[in-house]
Order: sequence, then C-alpha cells, then structure tokens
Amino acid sequence: MATEELQPLIYDLGSPGRIGVNLPECDVPAASLPAELLRESLPLPEVGEVQVVRHFVKLSKLNYSIDQGLYPLGSCTMKYNPKINEDAARLPGFAQLHPLTDEDGCQGALYLMRELQTWLGEISGFKAVSLSPAAGAQGEFAGILMIRQYHLDRGDAQRDVILVPDSAHGTNPATVTMAGLNAHELPADSQGNVDLQALRAACEGDLRERIAGMMITVPSTLGLFESTILEVIDAVHAAGGLMYMDGANMNALMGVVKPGALGFDVMHYNLHKTFSTPHGGGGPGSGAVGVNARLAPYLPGPIVEIVEEEEGEEPPLYGFVMPEKSIGRLKAFHGNFGMHLRAYAYIRVYGDSGIRDVTRYAVLNANYLRARLMATYHLPYPRYCGHEFVLEGHIEGADAVHALDISKRLMDYGFHPPTNYFPLIVPEALLIEPTETEVKEDLDAFVAAMEAIAAEALREPETLLNAPHTAPVRRLDEVKAAKELVLCCAPALPR
Amino acid sequence: MSYIPHTEADTRQMLAAIGVPSIDALFDAVPASHRFPALDLPPPMSEMQAASEMLAISEANDHGGDFAIFRGAGAYHHFIPSVVNHILLRGEFYTAYTPYQPEISQGTLQATYEYQSMMCALTGMDAANASHYDGATSLAEAVTVALEASRHRRKKVILSHAIHPQYREVVRTYHQGRDIRIIGDRGRGEIVDLIEMLDDNTAMIAVQYPNFFGQIDDLSTLATAAHQVGALLVIVANPMALSLFKSPGELGADIAVGEAQPLGVPLGFGGPYLGYFATRKKHVRRIAGRIIGETQDADGKRAYVMTLRPREQDIKRERASSNICTNQGLMALAASIYLALMGKNGLRRVGELNYHKAHYAAERIDRLDGYSVDKSKAFFNEFTVACPRPIADINAALLEAGILGGYDLGQHYFHLQNHMLLCVTEMNSKEEIDRLADTLAGLA
Repeated sequence: MATEELQPLIYDLGSPGRIGVNLPECDVPAASLPAELLRESLPLPEVGEVQVVRHFVKLSKLNYSIDQGLYPLGSCTMKYNPKINEDAARLPGFAQLHPLTDEDGCQGALYLMRELQTWLGEISGFKAVSLSPAAGAQGEFAGILMIRQYHLDRGDAQRDVILVPDSAHGTNPATVTMAGLNAHELPADSQGNVDLQALRAACEGDLRERIAGMMITVPSTLGLFESTILEVIDAVHAAGGLMYMDGANMNALMGVVKPGALGFDVMHYNLHKTFSTPHGGGGPGSGAVGVNARLAPYLPGPIVEIVEEEEGEEPPLYGFVMPEKSIGRLKAFHGNFGMHLRAYAYIRVYGDSGIRDVTRYAVLNANYLRARLMATYHLPYPRYCGHEFVLEGHIEGADAVHALDISKRLMDYGFHPPTNYFPLIVPEALLIEPTETEVKEDLDAFVAAMEAIAAEALREPETLLNAPHTAPVRRLDEVKAAKELVLCCAPALPR
Repeated sequence: MSYIPHTEADTRQMLAAIGVPSIDALFDAVPASHRFPALDLPPPMSEMQAASEMLAISEANDHGGDFAIFRGAGAYHHFIPSVVNHILLRGEFYTAYTPYQPEISQGTLQATYEYQSMMCALTGMDAANASHYDGATSLAEAVTVALEASRHRRKKVILSHAIHPQYREVVRTYHQGRDIRIIGDRGRGEIVDLIEMLDDNTAMIAVQYPNFFGQIDDLSTLATAAHQVGALLVIVANPMALSLFKSPGELGADIAVGEAQPLGVPLGFGGPYLGYFATRKKHVRRIAGRIIGETQDADGKRAYVMTLRPREQDIKRERASSNICTNQGLMALAASIYLALMGKNGLRRVGELNYHKAHYAAERIDRLDGYSVDKSKAFFNEFTVACPRPIADINAALLEAGILGGYDLGQHYFHLQNHMLLCVTEMNSKEEIDRLADTLAGLA
C-alpha cells in the first residue's frame, strides 16, 4: 500500500548547506579544537527559516486545541488558558532569569513564589506548600514519600500499605510502588463512594498495623463528592494512617471546601488543570504539594520563606529554605517557575470573590450537561455531580457501538471527545468535564452532537464504527506501531 | 469576569434545566459544617492591573536583559531564534492536551516524533522518549531502567561526583524507598577511580559530559570497563556540547540523558525545562514515559501515535516502573523547532562560538594575577577558575559592573573554596568578556 503523508518529515525537507537562522560572526580569535574528541558527523536536518515556519504551522493545523473549541476531557480540566499569562511568562525579568541568581537578585521571583505558596495554602486549608513538583505525578510521589518518612521517623517502619480506591488514576498505585510501598485496592459502593465496609475491614483487620495512609481523589474520578468523606478520613486516621488527597479535581472544590479542614494531611495541586496553565500538548505541568503542620517539616525543597523580616522602609528578604526533615529535592532548581507565575496571575485576576466562582460555574456547566444528556445516555450514578460526570457510552439497540466509536464520531462534529474507558469501574465510560470557561451555546451544541450521534448509532452504526471521517487521519493501526517500533527517522551515526 | 462567560439569563436557564434553585444547591454532598469557607485572598484585578503588576515583579529581578550572564551550572543562556517563540504561541500547540486521540493530534505527535529523532541524532542512540521533567529526573529514571535491566539483582549505582550536585540529590530522593547503594560521589571523581568501583553488583555507572566543572573527561575506556562487569553506562550530556564533541553513542553509552534546556528553552528561573532520555534498541521497552511511533491509518496514510502504551501507569498501575504522566511536551516542541532551525550547520556554528568565546575568556582570565584557570582537560563552554577572594565578594563586585558572575563551587565542593565555575556562550560579546576580565583584574 502506498503511504500517503500528511506533512513531510523535517528530515525530508532539507537540502545540503541550508540553514534556518542567521548567526553572528565570531568576534574573538578562534581556539584550536581537540580533534581526537570531536564527532565526525551531526545528522541534523538542513532546512531554511521559511520552510521551518511553514512546516510547524502546517503541523499545528493537524491538532485540536482549547483555542478551537470545547475540550470536555474528564479529569484533565481543559479550561481556557488566559493569554495575558503567556505575555507575563515572556517578560525578560522572568524568561531571562538564571535559576542560580543570588537571592538579592531574584526577590521578585521569590516574592511571587511565596505569595503563590500562601494562596494555595489558603485555598486548600494547608499550613505549608512546596512548589517543587514538576507535575501532578511528582506531587503524588512527594506526598507518599513524606508519609513514608513520617512513619519511619516514628519508628513505624512496618507501615507499608497505602489504600487506593479502584476508581483512582493510575498514577496513584504507580506512585505507591515507586516510593517502595504497597498499594491495596478498595472497591466503590453503589453510590460511587468508597465502600466504607471494605475500608473499615482493612483499617480494623490484619492490615491495621501496616496502614501508612490512603490516597483518594475528591471529588472522585466519577465526579462525585464522597458524601462519607469524614468517615473515611476518621477510619484511616484511627488506624494510624495519613490521608493523601489527589487534587486533580480541585476545580470542584475552590471556595467550597478546604481539604485541610476536612482532615487531609497532604494533597497535590495541578496548576495545569485548576489554575489554567496550558497543557502544552502533554506538558509542562506543575504539581505543588500542600501539607498540614505534622508533615510540613518533610516538604520537598526548596521552599520560599521570609528569611529577614521587613524593617521600617526595608521590605522583607525572601529566600530559599530546605525544610528541616525534607524528603529532598525532586528536580534541579525550584520547580516549573513558568507555571508558578501563570498560576499567580490567574489567582490574582480572580481574587477572593472570583476563585469560588470558578468552581461554582464549573459545577454548573457539568450539571447542565449531565441533566441534558441523561435522557439519551445511561447515567450510572444519578446524583448531582461535581465538575465532571460519567456516562456509559452504550446505546440501547446498537450493541456494536462502543464508547470509543462515540468519541471518534464527536471529532466529526468538531469536538474533542471526553475521556473514555476511565474510570475503569464504569463500563464504556465517557468522563465529561466542560469547565467553567465554556459558554452555554457551545454546551448546547455539544448536547446536540451527542444526541445526533445516539440517533446515528441506531440508524447507521457503520458511520460511528468508521469514524472519524473528517479528521486529518482515520483510525490508526496501533498494533503496527508497537510491533514495528519505528521511533526515529534520523540517519544512524557510525558506532 | 471575562474567563467565565455566563450571563444571568444563562445561569437561570441552566439551573432550570438541572432543576435546582441555585448553584450553591449543587453542593449538598459537601459536609455542611465545612461548606463555603471564607477565602483570605487579595481582591480581583483587571487585566491592565495584572499586566503592570507582573511587569513590576519581573523587574525586581537581575535578568539577562540588564546583566551579562556568565553563569551556567546546569542552566544556560543561549540565543533562541524568534521563530521558536512564534510557533510555541500557536494555540493549536500549547492549548492541546496529551495526544491520546491521535486522529486530531497529528501535529503534536509528528513534532514529538521529530524531536525524538533529532535527539537520537545528537546522542547517537536508537530511541528517545517524548521527555522527562528535567535533566535530573531523567537521570533518576535512568537508574530505574538500570535496576530493572538487572532484574533488581544488582544493588549498586555509581554516580561520579562530577555530576551536577542537584542531580545526585534528585537521584537519592527518587530512590530513597529502595534497597540500593549509591556511591562514587564523595571521592576525587576521576574516571580511573570510578572504574575501580565497578563490580558484578553494579547496575550502572553515570558520568557527566562535559562534567560539572566543564571538562571533557577521557571516556574511551569507561564503556568497556562497565560492560565487562555487566553494568550499564549512563552519560549525562549537555546536548549543546554534542554539536562538536563525540556523541554518547560513539562513547559506548547504554543510556544518554540530560538537560535539553540549551536547545531553545529560556532560563526561566529554572523551569519548565526539558529532560531528554535516549537509549539503545535493547532497552526501549524499559523506557518510562511517552514514546511516539510511526504507523498508518485505515487508508494507509502515514501517521504517528503514542506507542508501547502498556508500560505506562494508566494501564499498568502498581506494576508500572514510573508514575510519569504529564511530561514537558511543549519544551520538546521548542527543542524540535530549535534543532530544525539550527540544523547540521547552525548547531555546529553555535557550538564553535561557545568554544572559542569560552577559550578566549579563559585565556584572558588565566593571565590575570591571582587567578588560575583549570586547563588540565579540554573544556567546552564552562571552566573552573581559582580566585584570590571569596566568590561572594567577587560576584558582588561583578554585579556592580553589570555582570552575573560565575557559580560558587565552594557551596557544594568543600575543597573548591574560592573557585568559580564560569560559563561563556554565544550570547557573550567580546566586549562583555573583556569587561569581565577587566573587572576581575581590579579585584585581585
């Protein structure tokens, strides 16, 4: 079969001698290069500037993005990314600031980080916050390492089990293993809450002495607020464990409830979800962690503190500090600062009265879609939802049609699909999260598309099974990709 | 509020469709005693106010717009062609999610595939992933791969003390829950010393290239020595140095990792940066994180997709070797654009500019009374200078002259009190270098 291509590879565009940038002449005398240490060839492309621009612009047009339309990807909080934040990140005072600048020379950046730490702590009810983690998964890792170290310091080395609901993100159990602990899975009850009986059995049974803590997402990955959350927290605390809250769904909680006040000991925030920093096609993220007083000495460092109080006209001096019993450093330097400053600008614009509205309207939008769509699709948990909800992507009378087919067909209607097949405990799950920045007209258009697709499923299922029809490519052969493993198109180097 | 578009009429209609009297009624599952707490945050701001506040905060920093930067130590001030930023600012790229739906993500997927390919070209490896958080976490993930490669039978990891001190801290953070021993970073750090530490309990040995002191060590015998005892060789390489110097692949490395920030990512106070990870075919299935592979669609059209997915946390859960999910995708795109623009000819030119300027600076400073440059080994764009006074004093005086001086090595290396690590790149003009040398001369 002849292979047609969407856009040639950058390696196929070049011509020997071409270059995509004007570089200056060398203004110092040339030094001699040590021949025996030099490489013989550098097999990079040879492409002109205009070609490079057009290549990447053409590639960009093959993507779907928030800037184009609704992106109801559950658990990902694909809200609008304010443009002013991008401008701020490019100010020379931030973009050209060396991370090892002496503290006197980066007081602006340190002030900003310290304010953000304080605000995140206030929003979630935690005493201390570290901005170090580079992503949510790294925030989880930090949290579980802190819990582990807390128990070790108390001589509780046998506490090696972390309870994880079966609805959890995969990062939760993977994190537990990475920290050298063991994940113990708990089932959900018929309401989508953690099964309290199973939890109590774990906390009061053979595992009792081994329980280090529990990781739980609030609202759960079903988009439901655990109505028994206080009982869950009490049960784990009574067994001597600590409570970790996965903050992926914080967009449902701001100004509504403070996790720290509920009794959580530690949580991570996803600045790239709740606080609008862009996902960038896969990253960067930023996964700050907040803790209560007992875990504060264990935070990953460095964190920013006031190292000299203000005096008269003199402003306070901010500095980096390594917490007393820190689990250590999670990455070089001080976290994804570019994401910190965007989150700072975001919180600053909304302010005290606006942050709660983010959550209120996110929850309004989700419940509106839920109410409109439950007539057409099965809603397994008929309750008010948080910022997202799950439907079953199954149409009565169209057995061949699956959640995947509905998702792919949505592309033809101009929408990004919801998250599908997650959470794992709902068959044919379609997890839908519209976020607060979507306008009602677009939500209505999404509902209309979902209804039209349900009708098509009965009338012409092949249209769904072969979708998408209007995307740049049709469904891909993923088996071929994994079997043939073509991962690189560069000419090989001599060995 | 401009980011929330609801009118009162919208809200009324939506509440009616849901069948609740108010938005607040949707929160009845939240314990009443904890519902709607007060938030002690500053008041809201207009976009105009926010823009001027961000500018004011940014200007309370000593940055590259106002100072000549001679500091590196893991973060490098390089030229970034204008095209890079213009492409990064396309919403199609930066406001997209991870390409889980490949039919409408071919832009991100192909660009990432090209990034992987160009990183293979630079490092001389067979396969690269779509990125890790930064150079330090790439090294920590390399340790996991090496331990897995030995099926966790080998318990020893050797890290040269000439690896960035913060990278070694991160490796220790990542692996504190494991029963392994990390050694090598307290000694002299010469390659011969490291070779002596190798034994059949060693999972891997890692060196930095150029090392933290800027030097190019002779690595010609290291791969053979490591492989003789069955250990993996990991080279932490500055990709900018690979414009001129032999690739980790040519040096026999099994894994090449490092910080790709020099390739089109601004200093940005330390992040977001770009951890690259590249390895041989043999270890491809052990790589953590996302990997993009080529395939075709139902019509036979060439296309790209995330592949080897069963390794990842969302599928393998507690049996995954890493929890990585979100990576540094947009920074990989920056590197992809940067490398495409520079290409074979440009990148080598930039490498030469770095090399010549750094050597010019080293020559000038070495001739100054009281200063001595370590010229015992070849170097690229960083070098160590023994200084006549504490580095803090010298740097304070340099700041007065508009210069961000070198990194104070005494902070991490006790025997290197009064030693600074200077970095000179294509961004430093001869005038700046001369000003640096003249100011240093006045401090002797």
